[in-house]
Amino acid sequence: MKLSVWTYEGPPHVGAMRVATGMKGLHYVLHAPQGDTYADLLFTMIERRGARPPVTYTTFQARDLGADTAHLFKDAARAAYERFRPEAMIVGASCTAELIQDDPGGLAEALGLPIPVIPLELPSYQRKENFGADETFFQIVKHLAAPQEKTAQVTANILGPTGLGFRHRDDIEEVTALLSDMGVSVNVTAPMGARPADIARLPAAHFNVLLYPETGEAAARWLERNHGQPFTKTVPIGVGATEGFLSEVAAIAGKPVRADRSRLRQPWYAASVDSTYLTGKRVFLFGDATHVAAAARIARDEIGFEVVGLGCYNREFARPIRALAKEYGVEALVTDDYLDVERTIDALQPELILGTQMERHIGKRLGIPCAVISAPVHVQDFPARYSPQAGWEGANVIFDTWVHPLVMGLEEHLLHMFREDFEFHDRAGPSHHASHAPATEPGPRADEEVPDQVRDGGQVIWLDAAEKELRKIPFFVRGKARRNTEVFAAERGMAEISVDTLYEAKAHYAR
Amino acid sequence: MNRPVLPTAGPGCSDAPVLKERGQHEVFCGLTGIVWLHRKMQDAFFLVVGSRTCAHLLQSAAGVMIFAEPRFGTAILEEKDLAGLADANEELDREVARLLDRRPDIRRLFLVGSCPSEVIKLDLARAAERLTAEHSPRVLVQNYSGSGIETTFTQGEDACLAAIAEKAPATDTARLLLVGALPDVVEDQALGLLRDIGIENVAVLPSARAETTPEIGPHTRFALTQPFLGDTHAALTRRGASHIPAPFPFGEEGTTLWLTAIAEAFGIDRSVVDRVTAAPRARARKAIAARAETLRGKSLFFFPDSQLEIPLARFLTRECGMEAVEVGTPFLHRGLLGPDLALLAPGPGISEGQDVERQLDRVRAAAPDLTICGLGLANPLEAEGLTTKWAIELVFTPVHFYEQAGDLADLFARPLRRKALIGPKISSGGAEGRGADSPPPVAT
Repeated sequence: MKLSVWTYEGPPHVGAMRVATGMKGLHYVLHAPQGDTYADLLFTMIERRGARPPVTYTTFQARDLGADTAHLFKDAARAAYERFRPEAMIVGASCTAELIQDDPGGLAEALGLPIPVIPLELPSYQRKENFGADETFFQIVKHLAAPQEKTAQVTANILGPTGLGFRHRDDIEEVTALLSDMGVSVNVTAPMGARPADIARLPAAHFNVLLYPETGEAAARWLERNHGQPFTKTVPIGVGATEGFLSEVAAIAGKPVRADRSRLRQPWYAASVDSTYLTGKRVFLFGDATHVAAAARIARDEIGFEVVGLGCYNREFARPIRALAKEYGVEALVTDDYLDVERTIDALQPELILGTQMERHIGKRLGIPCAVISAPVHVQDFPARYSPQAGWEGANVIFDTWVHPLVMGLEEHLLHMFREDFEFHDRAGPSHHASHAPATEPGPRADEEVPDQVRDGGQVIWLDAAEKELRKIPFFVRGKARRNTEVFAAERGMAEISVDTLYEAKAHYAR
Repeated sequence: MNRPVLPTAGPGCSDAPVLKERGQHEVFCGLTGIVWLHRKMQDAFFLVVGSRTCAHLLQSAAGVMIFAEPRFGTAILEEKDLAGLADANEELDREVARLLDRRPDIRRLFLVGSCPSEVIKLDLARAAERLTAEHSPRVLVQNYSGSGIETTFTQGEDACLAAIAEKAPATDTARLLLVGALPDVVEDQALGLLRDIGIENVAVLPSARAETTPEIGPHTRFALTQPFLGDTHAALTRRGASHIPAPFPFGEEGTTLWLTAIAEAFGIDRSVVDRVTAAPRARARKAIAARAETLRGKSLFFFPDSQLEIPLARFLTRECGMEAVEVGTPFLHRGLLGPDLALLAPGPGISEGQDVERQLDRVRAAAPDLTICGLGLANPLEAEGLTTKWAIELVFTPVHFYEQAGDLADLFARPLRRKALIGPKISSGGAEGRGADSPPPVAT
């Protein structure tokens, strides 16, 4: 038993729903009590889908438990077939139905439906959502993929995108374009958008693009073993990773790298002098392993941040994430307890969090800006505009997304100089994102009270040279510089301010 | 003009046939009530003993995550807890001790049963007794079930209040008890109205804090503010308290009849109620009239959700001029809803329980102007061209009594006004909408 307040992943049957809802022509009959239908709203509200997820719930009640819940399942499966006429069906149990052990797979088989019926065994008390999606997709592929000739031209499948995925909708488009530039057309994208008949055609492709290992790796490995399809290991998120991905594709497809980088702006934006202020910003990364690994590389190598900590919530990927953390010289945090994550962030005090919606809340609480890089998703993660993470446009989107929560260059300089100003303090947040400002009371904190002698107007004496130097500072900030320098001197028990004191104060406030 | 509208002469829908259905229920389970109960009871923690699904439901139903560490959580059962119940009890005790250690502000702890805890027969009543012995007097540990195999959505609140009523201290004092978790502002309005008609000494269930838990006894008379409190009604009755039957206080008419019934029970003259309520009644009527312009003559279809459907259909048909086609409710408690049913003009089909697929067939055939349904159905129905109102907002928004009557009408008028503003040209395009490739489910 483990106390959980917020969870990063739902139960495994929600992973199965993500696969079913991403696909077309597939129906999921779920043995489940009333209330488990809440999961529909994830798709209709968060993802704003205009159709119900293709899921039938048996809705058993307490009074059914003493009698016969098996017939409820059979009736529901039969009725679902009659009503929706799917091309294939997946059947399984939610956590409660797992306990009553009705064997949905066996019951469905006994119905003798004229379509493939694929039983799912998803251990609800051990595993979670990503496992559920990965296992469901794997079972569907294993049951439906048929041996066949490879296509005449070089083709690839894109594996892993599901319903309710973080930017999966737009990543598919971006990766399809990358492959197209290379002269590789897409045979099937699955699960998202695929019908059972498309799953049957998967082995016709020459290789697989494993876009999201969390939800597609078991299927990719099985296809490699059983249908001789290699799969790509680099997830093309970030410029370097996209280059690496294209090299991999080139090697597998036996074609030279061809890419249209005309819309790629991220490297120039990162190189432009306006971005100098991003240098060495301390960032903490947390999310699913794939997005965290991609983000770490972008953060360090493409934007010039300092990665001060990283981790993931999916334990299945603990090993690669620990190895990655070692490479970055930090300790990996592998946990699904958001309180652990909050404690770690609080201790590290990064300048930017790259995380999930959970970390966005943690960031709000701690007054640290946050950009979202990974599921679990929120309605904001399904923007109306085209907003991929993968490929060249993904790199552009990521640059904007990460930089916008931060205080901008020149603004930051002013804040550094005058940190304790009552209305222009560095906890006020970026001016162009006023709504993101933390609710902290402005003004000096109790432990940074202005010393009495300064407030009284002056036992600290400005030497002439220092006074002259002060006048060189633009008038609109001069008063603040005077005040900061006086506070600095007073704190150190200095009776007079020299030019050196002025610059020591400046160095102090500029951190 | 100032007299409240009296019940119609006929029996209304009292004897109307009820279509009882079972099949897929597109409703929340009772755990959802925790989302508002924990805000209402500010020294209480709600610990669900359940699965990852329960935790995920609470997180999803809360919609926006509530900032800061909330006063609810899930003790997620793991494989080893299922193997031996003795271990599960030990684990529960340990988690509770840790929780109470971290949250010294907690005075009431509710162990909330779930589908898995019910199925494995984890005895949370005994656990509550054991844990109360351990943690009293600081913390009172109670239990109730919010499981989907036993409760639908608002029945979770009912189960919680019934549990409190069972254990509440006894009294011989005559007192009015107001039952139902209301937003503070609404509760204050109700207490103000009662005080103005001469009832000063009013207790409230649930109370905001443990020390003000109401005493209950044979001289307690109680008024319900929510129609879904059947078990609480039974628990209070067992404690000797007596119910004051009335229509529920939604809209000007409902509020007036509710107050009048209480006044009558306390021997207060009708003229006092008339005098006290004249001004707020006029305000409510004016506020409703503005919205009724949008609602009048429009047809209405309720999917089952919160058990508020019958009283709301009464309000929308009688005060806003709407025409009900079907009023679906998860559970029809005739004892509590009798006065509302009697006011509802014959005509609409009344359904109890749900077979969502059949009900969707009916709503498509009826093509109502406004459909009230849950979050799982709203966008898909909008995509089919229907105009919908999310039912959950009726539970999460202040809607009771005079001053909210206009807001209540507006909840229904807004989707219609919006449709009039941006027109029927919307279609849910894109990969996640209904593309050309995915025909309507019925037609396939």
